[in-house]
Amino acid sequence: MDTVILYVIAGVGLLASLLKDRGKTVKALKKAWKAFEGILPQLLVVLILVAVTLAVLDTATIARYLGSGSGPLGVIIAALVGAITLIPGFVAFPAAAALLNAGAGATQIAAFVSSLMMVGVVTLPMEMKYFGRRAALLRNGFAFIFSFVAAIFVGWVVGL
Amino acid sequence: MKAFIKRYIGFIVAAAAFVAFILILPGYREKSLSMIVFQTKTMLLVIPPIFILLGLLDVWVPREKMMRFMGPSSGMKGGVLAFLLGSFAAGPLYGAFPVAAVLMKKGASFTNILIFIGAWSTTKLPMLLFEMSALGVRFALSRLAIDIAGIIVIAIAIKRSLSKTEVEAIYSQAEKLV
Repeated sequence: MDTVILYVIAGVGLLASLLKDRGKTVKALKKAWKAFEGILPQLLVVLILVAVTLAVLDTATIARYLGSGSGPLGVIIAALVGAITLIPGFVAFPAAAALLNAGAGATQIAAFVSSLMMVGVVTLPMEMKYFGRRAALLRNGFAFIFSFVAAIFVGWVVGL
Repeated sequence: MKAFIKRYIGFIVAAAAFVAFILILPGYREKSLSMIVFQTKTMLLVIPPIFILLGLLDVWVPREKMMRFMGPSSGMKGGVLAFLLGSFAAGPLYGAFPVAAVLMKKGASFTNILIFIGAWSTTKLPMLLFEMSALGVRFALSRLAIDIAGIIVIAIAIKRSLSKTEVEAIYSQAEKLV
């Protein structure tokens, strides 16, 4: 769904650009290609990392990890699993909902969702290429810590 | 050829490790391969529009405009714009990095870049309704609220942890990557 929006925006932009200035449009497309080609090596590494993590940690396995631990340990496991996986929201949300209905705690699920979205261990090769090692590690580190704060807050609100 | 190998050495190592992985653990072979196919499809689908937009942004948006809207002296407005830009974006987080590079090249401030990345990663407005229906309104809205605060705190924390030279190095790298 959001990919459709993306294509519509890019398509309209490209068309408007083409109508206004052909030369500039060609230049834009060349830039697009150059930027893509520049990051391709890292992108391919990320591709392999994502594929392997998702093959090992499929939705059923994740559900088992999230369902098994309760209490603080469960929150930590949930955040760790979220940090190393990369699943789109439209897959993650229904899975998380099923776990919630099955009795998993909102705090655990919130920890998982938060670190899933904010922390990206498998995308680090790309992030480091753009932001350097230190900034990338800092961002992921802070985001990981924050996912606990978010989890506790969401767990508290849901339980009110 | 040498330059090619040097650039792709990470990928070559990863690919070799992947082959070793599926040879040693054949139980994961089928799933890993189908995941590679699936992820490649996702990337091929998501990447073209993101990079086209990035190219258009680079060619059409003048540096002075970007400086005014998202530069170091853009204040609150710049932060809000960065947040909205990231929140309305679609696609996985790895799509945000190249866009951030263009924004940096055009003169957006580092704090605003970090807000943009934070928003792209977690406050996806297109996904919010979906999250509400799956996990409940309370869950989704309280997460949104704490995330907005978190994005700002994290942006400031990263900015403070990096020296001026480190930030400058990131900007000159962005220049090279676009």
